[in-house]
Amino acid sequence: MPIDAGYAGRAYPPTDAYLVGREHLRDFATAVGATHPAHHDVAAARDLGYDDVVAPPTFAVVIAQAAEAQLIADPAAGIDFSRVVHAEERFTHHRPIVAGDAITTVLHVDSITERAGLAMVTTRCELSDVAGEPVSTVVSTLAVRGEG
Amino acid sequence: MADVEVGEVVGIRAIEVTRGDLVHYAGASGDRNPIHWNERFAREVGLPGVIAHGMFTMALAVNVVVDWLGDPGRVLEYGVRFTRPVQVPDPGGATVTITATVGAVDPDAGTARVDLVAEAAGVKVLGRAQAVVRL
Repeated sequence: MPIDAGYAGRAYPPTDAYLVGREHLRDFATAVGATHPAHHDVAAARDLGYDDVVAPPTFAVVIAQAAEAQLIADPAAGIDFSRVVHAEERFTHHRPIVAGDAITTVLHVDSITERAGLAMVTTRCELSDVAGEPVSTVVSTLAVRGEG
Repeated sequence: MADVEVGEVVGIRAIEVTRGDLVHYAGASGDRNPIHWNERFAREVGLPGVIAHGMFTMALAVNVVVDWLGDPGRVLEYGVRFTRPVQVPDPGGATVTITATVGAVDPDAGTARVDLVAEAAGVKVLGRAQAVVRL
């Protein structure tokens, strides 16, 4: 089944809040070799002016990918995940994510284009905190190979 | 930070990557796609073998920038294109080398653009990898 280009322009309702845990941030930082003390040590993070340990710059992808599943896992959208390659990723941080944040995400499907048997699907996740203030914008482009 | 100059290399690093690292990233990130840990599955979908998560490589590359800045919150923007996969054989692994160079400075905004080059097995694996940072 081909990708339904009619999904372009769609915006989804805000997700339930994603709770950012201190141990999760430490584990993610360790997994990516991010050894800066602000990722691990609460006192070091507070010395820099943060309330708690700080997320590495790409951590927002964890929250964004959970929101993107609304599109990717929707059978009607026609995205065959076994044919997906991650083409591009971009973060704009309005403020750093720290442990204790509760993040709500609105998923936007910015564009779906097809050329030469390849569909390019660009999504944008707008992450915001409990006060409604913007935290991060995560733009992701997936390339989906056509069948055969 | 005020005297940063365009062309200045702010970090160079070589990172050894093993299957175990990919399994750790799969768990920590929630991206458990088997192409990143299962040789049989990777080959069945046409890959030469297990490859690293693009997001893992992207995360590795920015560490040198964070360590240079001394504050992860100073990374304001970060974007990459995933141009080539990083193969991670077992036994063995892959070596990813990162070079971070100042590409532009905006004194009025107090920001700089850092250009990142990530290579594995002699080829660039990220394209247009750039971070905008607060100095």
